[in-house]
Amino acid sequence: MKEVVVKILESLRPGEDYVKSENFVVDGLLDSFDLIVLVSELDEHFTISIKGTDIIPENFMNIEAINTLLTKYTS
Amino acid sequence: MNLKYHNKKITGMLTVIPQNEVKFEDTIGNYNFSSKQSKQLGKIMGYNRQRIVLPGVTVSDLCVHGLNYLFNEDFLNKDEIDALILVTESPDYILPPTSNVIQGRLNLKEDIFCMDINQGCAGHLIGLMQAFAMLEQVSINKVVLLNADVLSHKASERDRNSRPLAGDGASITIVEKCEEQNTIYANLKMDGKRHEALIIPAGGFKTPSSPQTGILKEDDNGNFRALDHLHMKGDVVFNFVQKEVPLMIDSLLEFAKIEKDEVDYYLFHQPNRFMLQKLADRLEVSYDKLPNNIVERFGNANSVTVPTVVTYNLGEKAETNEYLICLAGFGVGLTWCSMLMKFGKLDFCKMIEY
Repeated sequence: MKEVVVKILESLRPGEDYVKSENFVVDGLLDSFDLIVLVSELDEHFTISIKGTDIIPENFMNIEAINTLLTKYTS
Repeated sequence: MNLKYHNKKITGMLTVIPQNEVKFEDTIGNYNFSSKQSKQLGKIMGYNRQRIVLPGVTVSDLCVHGLNYLFNEDFLNKDEIDALILVTESPDYILPPTSNVIQGRLNLKEDIFCMDINQGCAGHLIGLMQAFAMLEQVSINKVVLLNADVLSHKASERDRNSRPLAGDGASITIVEKCEEQNTIYANLKMDGKRHEALIIPAGGFKTPSSPQTGILKEDDNGNFRALDHLHMKGDVVFNFVQKEVPLMIDSLLEFAKIEKDEVDYYLFHQPNRFMLQKLADRLEVSYDKLPNNIVERFGNANSVTVPTVVTYNLGEKAETNEYLICLAGFGVGLTWCSMLMKFGKLDFCKMIEY
């Protein structure tokens, strides 16, 4: 699951190192529009619909946070 | 707050859309982002086509055009109009009220109640609430609710946050007393503490427009806008809608003692396609029942969007059939409200161009 997330993130901003970052927002790797594209891609790939109330920066601050969120929807 | 109205009915609805169409693909170069990135986002958000008035066209122009159409087609008799409510955030003048201007341009009778209301995305429902209240008067039998805005030019041409979603237009909703025993359920909430989430900072009396307020500045995301332009905190608005609107709809249905499946259509304001799809998913309502097809075709014309959703999706069907519909508006203020009513067998339910 993490590999898919990294691949999607890297397609948003090629060349950025999302694996090392602990906080995408602080590090300038994810703005609110990137977040929308990311959610849309995750919804499509995992055939889920991430709730609007879950679309907050805290759930997308790094790979681990996204993985935790996805586990909630896919388990 | 919960609200109830009795023996009132919408008897006609017309939307007036500018002929002038702007395509997103023709404006991509205005933004500080790669074309690929903008197209990808546009597909999700519904950036596609917008109807924008040509320079010089005002709210009263759109409303007068629509009302003259109704007079000429015998859908409306001007002497029967007892009240004219105009909901707009882009009036022709600071004063007088644009509703008075429209009354004058159309030579409507003097025995009439004209009123302007400053509201945005929730403005169609706010206007209906005011119309229902006016109809409690013995001397008021027919209210013409006008919703109109030409705010598109207040969204910076270099702001991908808001410009690709902006639209202009007007709508006319006829509201009357009815003998049929009916109840319209509504609820309404406002939170002025969050008023800066959607704001045009300059141009009012607090910060008058000046050469300085017209200077474009780049934000953290690479969008350019001036204080004279619309400022939208997209993440705040998104989270507000996703949190408050589902709770509001659940509360309204409970108040009316109606099950979710009994509602034929959920006809909501449309800020962007993504937001609407997330709302539909959260409410567990199909996209057919909660359409999200307006912003990509016409843009978001504030309080005109809800009537546009109605006239585009129901149209002539609403002239012969009757539906249980749930309307919802949410946005500037912040304001959020919803309404549940039987809707149909209208004298007209149409769209025309200006």
